[in-house]
Amino acid sequence: MILVQPLPSFSLAHLKTNKQSGGRNVELKKEGVEVSGKFTKSKKKYSTAQSERRSGYLFISPFFILFGIFGVFPLIFTAYLSFHKWDILGTKEFIGFKNYVNIFTNDPLFWKTVGNTFSIWIISTIPQLIAALLIAYFLNEKFLKGKSLFRLAIFMPNVTSVVAVALVFSAMFGSQYGLINYVLSVFGIEGINWRGSYFGTHVAIATMVMWRWVGYNAIIYLAGLQSIPRELYEAATIDGAGKLQQLWYITVPMLRPIIIFTVIQSTIGGMQLFAEPMLFGEGGQYQGLTMTLYLYQEAFTRFSFGYASAIAWVLFLLIIIVSLINLLITKKIQTS
Amino acid sequence: MNEVGQKAFPKISLYAFLTVSALLSIFPFYWMFVVASNTTSAINKFPPSILPGPNFIANSLAVFEEIEFFRALFNSILISTVVTLSVLFFCSLAGFAFSKLTFKFRDGLFIFLIATMMIPPQLSLIPNYMIVSQLGWVDTLQAVIVPAAVNAFGVFWMRQYISGAVPYELIEAARMDGCSNFRIYWNIVLPAVKPGLATLGIFTFMGTWNDFLWPLVVLKDSSVHTIQIALRTLNDVYSTDYSLILAGTFLATLPILVVFLLFNKQFIAGLTEGAVK
Repeated sequence: MILVQPLPSFSLAHLKTNKQSGGRNVELKKEGVEVSGKFTKSKKKYSTAQSERRSGYLFISPFFILFGIFGVFPLIFTAYLSFHKWDILGTKEFIGFKNYVNIFTNDPLFWKTVGNTFSIWIISTIPQLIAALLIAYFLNEKFLKGKSLFRLAIFMPNVTSVVAVALVFSAMFGSQYGLINYVLSVFGIEGINWRGSYFGTHVAIATMVMWRWVGYNAIIYLAGLQSIPRELYEAATIDGAGKLQQLWYITVPMLRPIIIFTVIQSTIGGMQLFAEPMLFGEGGQYQGLTMTLYLYQEAFTRFSFGYASAIAWVLFLLIIIVSLINLLITKKIQTS
Repeated sequence: MNEVGQKAFPKISLYAFLTVSALLSIFPFYWMFVVASNTTSAINKFPPSILPGPNFIANSLAVFEEIEFFRALFNSILISTVVTLSVLFFCSLAGFAFSKLTFKFRDGLFIFLIATMMIPPQLSLIPNYMIVSQLGWVDTLQAVIVPAAVNAFGVFWMRQYISGAVPYELIEAARMDGCSNFRIYWNIVLPAVKPGLATLGIFTFMGTWNDFLWPLVVLKDSSVHTIQIALRTLNDVYSTDYSLILAGTFLATLPILVVFLLFNKQFIAGLTEGAVK
């Protein structure tokens, strides 16, 4: 599930400042030492600390209990399952690394899904972030009128459900009839078999993702742009820097943390792509089959839980690797 | 910024670009209604009709016959509401503890909580399904509600918000007056963080409403389908009869669109709240 998430400001500095809150106990102690009420006050301090501890653990326990049941246990159990041959009836047989060996040596379809996922992710993410950046940059222009109306329109796709998006675009990307092929024919371009070719299916699915997320990213970039101090641009102008230079040397570096945030989010979302290919159709050559859809089918239509669990772990590792590569590349952008 | 520097983009091209972007964003909604109000054969011809037709009601009635639309709508509303209320309560409670109470391992536990956000949901899909079926919860709404009742992101969000919005003195004063920690949370913290709750609430509601993979796995019987799963069924039944499919889709999209248009200020402000700092 790709959760729509507000962008939090987060720094570990928060933790540190809060640690100083321990300082108030010190103050209390100071007061406590003062003459008469010494005994009662220090006793009160003690009981406060204890009750804080008790309430503290109590208040955070719902999350940790729930996470224990639906987070930690499954994590371990998925690993356990992945070393077994396990079907829906629960008959299990320990087979060691056989599932993993199978994935790497004997399952070209899995690697096809990896390729599909990455292909769709790249052709949806790169134009999406560039478009979002441009939109945000324009929306930030001072003289622009009707700003809130533009913002509203551009953000609207993001509240639509994935299912609705997939269904509408499936209709638009009809292979025989369908709006997009009609528009192409107006320009004298022959209709594309969207469901029959790699190119067609990947572009169609990437379009769904893009349409839903450009506005979201644009709004986030816009917030970032508004936080860049105007003086920077003024100084650059005095030094004779043009607008495009300003965009490249001031805007992009200042936006870097936010760009990283959006890249990470679209990576996570891209690796989990599921509903769009499921509803659009995976196509005759499995060109629309993504990693998560394949995992779902292994587990819930073919019921080979063990193999599906091994796939889940390989996916997890792939996601970690991609995130690290991402981080390295985005870091490079800053230093160049 | 037009007062400084030469312009890289003339005004007119800027307006043109934004207008085209806005139209592309809105067009699929319009198109949804066009298809939903025509017959499929009116859409499946060259050129297709591009104006709304007279068949919307007929198409909608056919949808109601095929899937339990209102039942699904009710399930979605129920699930999203309960999950949202539960997330708001438990996440703000934990957020309060993480930001204002002192206890051992607090910061370590908080970092652990943040780390849990990195785990992709696919990884726990299969065991979670087994747990839910062991509990006998398959085809019940709690299968979707309970695992979503509190989440790491919400705790994180509320902690950041409470840290900034509630001054220490206020809590100390209440404690001097003999308030219990829970009463401090309920009577002092909660009223002070209403905007933070609103943002988290909106996003939780939308996220739950739009969730697809997990409900698909655990809600199989049509009586417990959410609206998203019902749409998927509709798609399977009619496959290429897009008038009916998109009539259902349009009806399902309308409520959430209305909610968005009513609260769009909070929505967009909430989204960018943290970024501005």
